[in-house]
Amino acid sequence: MENAGNGNKKLRSWDDLKKLRAGEMAKNGEKRTVLLVGMATCGVAAGARDVSEALAAEIKKQGLKNIDITATGCYGFCYAEPMVEVRVPGKNAVRYGHVDKDLAGEIVRRHLMRGEVLDKYVLTQEVTRP
Amino acid sequence: MSDNYGQVRIALRNCGVIDPEKIGDYIAQGGYDALAKAIFEMTPAEIIDTVKKSGLRGRGGAGFPTGLKWELSGKSEGDEKYVMCNADEGDPGAFMDRSILEGDPHSVLEAMVICGRAIGARQGIIYIRAEYPLAVKRLQKAIGEAEELGLLGDDILGSGFDFGIRLYLGAGAFVCGEETSLMNSVQGGRGEPRIKPPFPAQAGLWKKPTNINNVETYANVCRIILNGWEWFRQFGTEKSPGTKVFALAGKVNNVGLVEVPMGMPLRHIIEVIGGGIQNGRKLKAVQTGGPSGGCIPEEHMDTPVDYESLVALGSIMGSGGMIVLDEDDCMVNIAQFYLKFTAEESCGKCTPCRIGNRRLLEILEKITTGGGAEKDMIDLDELGNIVRDCSLCGLGQSSPNPVLSTLKYFRDEYLVHVNDKRCPSKRCTALLRYFIMPEKCIGCTVCARNCPVSCISGERKKTHVIDQARCIKCNTCYEKCPVNAITKE
Ligand SMILES: Cc1cc2nc3c(=O)[nH]c(=O)nc-3n(C[C@H](O)[C@H](O)[C@H](O)COP(=O)(O)O)c2cc1C
Repeated sequence: MENAGNGNKKLRSWDDLKKLRAGEMAKNGEKRTVLLVGMATCGVAAGARDVSEALAAEIKKQGLKNIDITATGCYGFCYAEPMVEVRVPGKNAVRYGHVDKDLAGEIVRRHLMRGEVLDKYVLTQEVTRP
Repeated sequence: MSDNYGQVRIALRNCGVIDPEKIGDYIAQGGYDALAKAIFEMTPAEIIDTVKKSGLRGRGGAGFPTGLKWELSGKSEGDEKYVMCNADEGDPGAFMDRSILEGDPHSVLEAMVICGRAIGARQGIIYIRAEYPLAVKRLQKAIGEAEELGLLGDDILGSGFDFGIRLYLGAGAFVCGEETSLMNSVQGGRGEPRIKPPFPAQAGLWKKPTNINNVETYANVCRIILNGWEWFRQFGTEKSPGTKVFALAGKVNNVGLVEVPMGMPLRHIIEVIGGGIQNGRKLKAVQTGGPSGGCIPEEHMDTPVDYESLVALGSIMGSGGMIVLDEDDCMVNIAQFYLKFTAEESCGKCTPCRIGNRRLLEILEKITTGGGAEKDMIDLDELGNIVRDCSLCGLGQSSPNPVLSTLKYFRDEYLVHVNDKRCPSKRCTALLRYFIMPEKCIGCTVCARNCPVSCISGERKKTHVIDQARCIKCNTCYEKCPVNAITKE
């Protein structure tokens, strides 16, 4: 993006768009753990905001670094909201359903800190996206 | 791209995967490349041709071929044209469009710009119901971010092409989802349908050529442009290519959103993807298409889901509501529920819909409260057909479907209501009678103390009795009795 310096972020060509994409993909390629919280109406109604806050609080309490909590839309499993997907670099993405504040704490302490998958609450596991 | 149990995610590709409030996430998934391709590598005619060949049909209800619609609005003369997105989603029980807008707003924005490029329009309007505040917020954020990056607004990607999108909030009338009422509503008029022709493609918003599509229709477009029409046609059937998103609700275990290739049997959607019926009950019917649709009975569950097959069964694809009914649901009651909705939502402009639906509802109310006769069933059928054939817009043309389809497939249930004054599923409360079983009653007085109209009498430790004349059938005694001594029949 030629104009990036002067506060104007406008893309002036398809190449600009491709460059921006490459930058975004590089960001995703960084070795960071991501917690995706379902924040569509179904998730919010089921208490996703509390879950998100509980995750953040536990991460802070445990002093963990390099973990992002990100909001996302509805994956379709409305019956199982609130949902949290754990993406640890190099591991299968694990999607938990029916998460409450207590389970949020456990996910941080057991899954993130000890690499333990809490089988009982797993909805789906997927081979990690490249 | 394949997901669990045969689902294919095209319209929902990014939902639950990206952060909808970050345009960078969308771009990282290939976002806005379809737009760049459409601007820099394709002529408007080529864009339209690709959409036509893909066989994409409108996901908002009627299933009109999208490419043909674009071609018609493209051909209409005029330097001022509009691209509109119908995000009114008024069907009770439907939430597909909301989920797409909340989970992936850019996919709709990008497709609208492509459409503008194809038909020669520079203004887009999304008509969204005000009851969707989160979707509105995310759309506003998305529009702002796209403008900042020059993907919306003047001189998009330095190409010289200008296109802007704004939101119009609807006030929640069902009829405003009908495209011409929607346009009247945006113009500040009453939400009443217009006579067609002229069609919106010729004279739509402010009498200018207008292309209007549903949210999910647009959500398919970018992938078709990027991957080609042949790719899209590998999914679905010859006449209904691609996928359809359904809002699966009712008595099914896994309530939620599913996206399946067209042509998948209903049974697979309900029993495999939906995980079957709750509490091990039996599937009785599926209601598709909301208030404009009908009820499809269990024996037709192997029907493939596509536009034509559902119409052949007296229902419609509609926007994608799919409500699963089990043996505890009364079909007369269901028909009454939907008719009450449409009778209330009729705008009143044309007589068959305004008065016909009201009369249909009154007959159904008579049947569900014990005043019906067999003649009423003949009247329902006759009047239903008149309303369907004579109404001005799709609301009245489809509102009798829930009644007509249940009359066709569940005739016996109607007969029990009118002849025996009984509701086999025990749903029509007015037809129910509550009794206390003497052999079970322990005389604890709980029912008598909780009865809101004090119609239960009996001494402590002796059998209690319900006064049928005064009972309001509120079900309280049934719920409170500690020894399940109350029956209803
Ligand atoms: C009473 C009534 C309500 C409607 N509600 C909606 C709606 O909420 N959303 C929608 O997309 N289409 C709705 N439609 C269909 C629209 O009139 C129109 O066909 C559709 O927006 C066209 O888009 P499509 O070709 O992409 O399906 C409704 C039609 C009727 C008759």
